[in-house]
Amino acid sequence: MTDEPRAIRFSNMSKVFGGVKALQDVAFDVGQGEVHCLAGENGCGKSTLIKIITGVYQPEAGAGMELFGERLAAITPNVARQKGIAVIWQDLALFPEMTVAENIAFETMLGNRPRLVDYGALRARAEAALARLEVSLDLDARLGTLPIAARQVVAIARALVSDARLIFMDEPTASLTQAETDALLAVVRTLSARGVAVVFVSHRLAEVLEISSRVTVLRDGRLVGVYPTEGMTQARLTELMTGKTFDSHVMARDTSADPVVLEVEGLSRRGEFSDVSFVLRRGEVLGLTGLIGAGRTELAHVLFGMAAPERGTVRLEGREVRFASNREAVAAGVAYVSEDRLALGLIQPQSISDNAVLSVLRRITGASGLMSPRRQEDLVAHWVRELAVKIGRPGDAVSTLSGGNQQRVVLAKWLATEPKVLILDCPTVGVDVGARAGIFRIVRELAAQGLAILLISDEVSEVHVNADRVLHMAGGRIAGEYDPRRTSLADLEAAVYA
Amino acid sequence: MRDFLRAYPAEAKLLAVLVLLVAGLSVASPEFLTLVNITSLVNNNAVNLIWAVGLLVVLIAGGIDISFAVAASVVQYLAVTALLGMGGGGWAVGIALAMAFGIGLGLVNAALIHGFRIISIVVTISTFNAFFGLLMFFTSGKSIYSLPDWLSRPIYLWELQTEIGWADIRLPVAVMAVCLLATWFLIRRTTTGRQLYAFGDNPEGARRAGINIWLMQAIAFGWCGMMAGIAGLMQAHITKEVVPNALIGRELDVLAAVVLGGARLGGGRGSVLGCVLGVALVAVAQNGLNLLGVSPYAFKMVVGIIILAAISASNIDLAAMLAPKRRDRE
Repeated sequence: MTDEPRAIRFSNMSKVFGGVKALQDVAFDVGQGEVHCLAGENGCGKSTLIKIITGVYQPEAGAGMELFGERLAAITPNVARQKGIAVIWQDLALFPEMTVAENIAFETMLGNRPRLVDYGALRARAEAALARLEVSLDLDARLGTLPIAARQVVAIARALVSDARLIFMDEPTASLTQAETDALLAVVRTLSARGVAVVFVSHRLAEVLEISSRVTVLRDGRLVGVYPTEGMTQARLTELMTGKTFDSHVMARDTSADPVVLEVEGLSRRGEFSDVSFVLRRGEVLGLTGLIGAGRTELAHVLFGMAAPERGTVRLEGREVRFASNREAVAAGVAYVSEDRLALGLIQPQSISDNAVLSVLRRITGASGLMSPRRQEDLVAHWVRELAVKIGRPGDAVSTLSGGNQQRVVLAKWLATEPKVLILDCPTVGVDVGARAGIFRIVRELAAQGLAILLISDEVSEVHVNADRVLHMAGGRIAGEYDPRRTSLADLEAAVYA
Repeated sequence: MRDFLRAYPAEAKLLAVLVLLVAGLSVASPEFLTLVNITSLVNNNAVNLIWAVGLLVVLIAGGIDISFAVAASVVQYLAVTALLGMGGGGWAVGIALAMAFGIGLGLVNAALIHGFRIISIVVTISTFNAFFGLLMFFTSGKSIYSLPDWLSRPIYLWELQTEIGWADIRLPVAVMAVCLLATWFLIRRTTTGRQLYAFGDNPEGARRAGINIWLMQAIAFGWCGMMAGIAGLMQAHITKEVVPNALIGRELDVLAAVVLGGARLGGGRGSVLGCVLGVALVAVAQNGLNLLGVSPYAFKMVVGIIILAAISASNIDLAAMLAPKRRDRE
């Protein structure tokens, strides 16, 4: 190493919010061009730390703050920006109605005094930024027409236009497919090679370990430590983040003697999947994995009556069913928890209680046909207790809950319909490690009570640990069936990611 | 062609509908496609278009304004009263006064929206009532019939005698053209205009990027108020009188025309071309019904149906239909 100054060097960072210590004596440093990961569960202080470094919050007195070798007494958002610190927010902050070029070179259009827009210079700046990332995009396309992954790239390019030398990326891959994630990681490597430091925040530990050279772990507002990622395992990192050891032994049981609940034969839908056959038994957790685009979600939609199959049959407890709508599917005992839980599963500003009863409104209406507040209360109390949802009051808005608890509310909503078959589509997207364990504990409990569960996930390790059997779907077909007790995780991953 | 369709999907479809309508009416009515009829259509819709481009800027910035037509009445009254008070004045003073009063009323809206963080539809419904109530109260509903001479004398910019009568273009059309050009310049060519789009598109993103939010509201509503003021003065010029309750109700027609022209109520989208086409479609439809001898009582109904049909049609993606068939990009 030369005596090149660190990109950022912070020490003794503390932050107190109304008596709650969000951050206590935390040190954080990142070298120039380093890819560094910031890991920790939700609420561990990651966002507070980012906000201190970007000048949004001021730390308590006594903190040492250094940006690119320069000691600073205080940092404001403007100072941070001028020094080259940029944040790619999780919710992007781009302009969908404007073109790619305008979004990237937006900075050139800022300022209170009106000036003429120089579209030529604008395009040139945008093009140069994309060239530095070694990607090409249609500069005149409306941003809103691009997939999320391309918008991420636009956000990064915008940071480069403002000469960023250190970029924070908050959960950049949360909504990306595997291929898109790989492309993004390639962009991060390019940035790093050009001397731009990247601080990566992600719940996906595999990619954290793959992309970064060091990881800083926070827990409950305190620094656990800074570790090189070489030699670090996901299990060890999880332990450091949660302070608990998780049992990750395979939970599979032999269920071949249990009665069949759902039987699918030769199910096909053009362009989505073809000739899918499998059985799902009472009390069984059947894992369904495969790359995004393999047809998993499309299959789930057909099973849930949201799309009609072209060929094949579905039998529920021996009787052939053809759902014309998902209401019929719910009535017959099929429940589906969607992948996009935040957008589709919950009505965020409404209360926990109202969300939980949404799919069973008919059961809480009294003799008058109007909703009975008492029945609603009883039903909600039952499921809050059953699923150990951590809530303030049932009347609080769902948006006040953490990701894991929101997931439980969605589960409660569907379990209240008393289903026989529960389809879980990527239930842990955006949920942190500790909460994931909680969700899978509930899944196992529900299975033990006799529910048949189809667990869809693109994280092979999740289904390997939690499912009794695993189906691998590829290119719209069932490519193989595996028994986790006989197939190692490495073999299964090799088959899926091949 | 495809570039135009991609950049202006709503406008392109509207243009297609308008062309069809014009073609149909040309066949159905011999009077429709005459210079006399066309120029009178343009003269009669100049005021609507001036309002439309003012409202467009507010819609682009993510707001809505219900109060502008009433504001135009207030400006008419204030400006004419002031002009009479100073002994007549002239065009330069008149336009300057109308713009100034208009901007003032627009800034009232902007200040209420920004200062109290109330959504614009609520604020402008309130100011719509407040402006109109104050106007009726202080004028006791009395009209002004004796305008300064220069204001009530029609100014012909161009005229031509045809077999069926005189065709002419009057002053309000030139004023409208200037307003259109100025608005186009503001929103397409200046950084401020692009900031307005960005602010309407994603207010939080704009705030984080460092855009001055108060300035955006002030410019959007100030511009809308300024256009309302100019439109008010032009209306007084055309009708040669100031009637306090003459303009109330026009705001919804203009709003429908602008939205028809592709401006989005959520902000971030809209163009001057769209405004022109939207206003033109409604005007041509009404004119056609008139020429075909349809009862005026049916006008509103037919115009309503046309707006609904055009807005539904705008959900069809023409660019995608014209594009060569191709699989999803990988």
